[in-house]
Amino acid sequence: MVSIAADAVGHEMKQAPAYSEFHPRWYRSRVSTYWWLGKWAHLKFILRELSSVFVAFFVVLTLLQIWAVRSGPEAYAEFQEWLRKPLVITLNVISFFFVLFHAITWFNVAPRAMAVRVGGKRVPDVVIAGSNYAAWVVVSAIVAWLLLGG
Amino acid sequence: MAKRPIEPFLWTLFSAGGVVAALLVPVHLFLQYLAFPLGWLRAPSYERALALAHHPLGRIYLFVLCSLPLFHWAHRFRYTLYDGLQIKHINELIDLFCYGGAVVGTALAGYLLLTMA
Repeated sequence: MVSIAADAVGHEMKQAPAYSEFHPRWYRSRVSTYWWLGKWAHLKFILRELSSVFVAFFVVLTLLQIWAVRSGPEAYAEFQEWLRKPLVITLNVISFFFVLFHAITWFNVAPRAMAVRVGGKRVPDVVIAGSNYAAWVVVSAIVAWLLLGG
Repeated sequence: MAKRPIEPFLWTLFSAGGVVAALLVPVHLFLQYLAFPLGWLRAPSYERALALAHHPLGRIYLFVLCSLPLFHWAHRFRYTLYDGLQIKHINELIDLFCYGGAVVGTALAGYLLLTMA
């Protein structure tokens, strides 16, 4: 270990830094509000972030459905009927594609988020992404079994 | 954006919510909101839906489905407004809306599932 002496030690700090009259100001170029429209990679980033809005929409629907189940058979039947409206179906189709987009992008960056090492060697990205997709298939099958009547 | 000590905790919730949204939401959404309403598969009866919301494991499943993904949304939506649309002057209001919404949704899910008759 090398001991490092801080330059500031032993010197009192000045309360207000002294600026010269012509102190340089930060230069920040203005970025357009629509900067993300220019490049596919940027648009993809914004679409991925926007997928969260559809995730929230899904949660709101699920809360409404739980509410309907609580309220009794008539309320539940009414809610199921409401789900058949073309507008609701359309929104859910869009939602489904956004949620899929989220899942795929999420699993694809998993190798960069989890650097798993076995025996001192890093597990290849393909193996980590692959195990995520495998988990997706298994979990989806369990959920389907649960919802389809167990 | 100013760094706050709560940030790592919020990021963990975001990350956990992202996992739930990736693993559970697609299949649940497809069945409940597309396959059943469109008649591709037979929708579960009221009794069946009630039984799921009554079963301890079913309750935990529904609670996880309705809580963590909201914190995932809160984090992403906040930064979409910040980076994408560069709305930076009403940060506090946006944070309150995002995380407040996530907390209210989580509390509502907990209340509805715990007091299921």
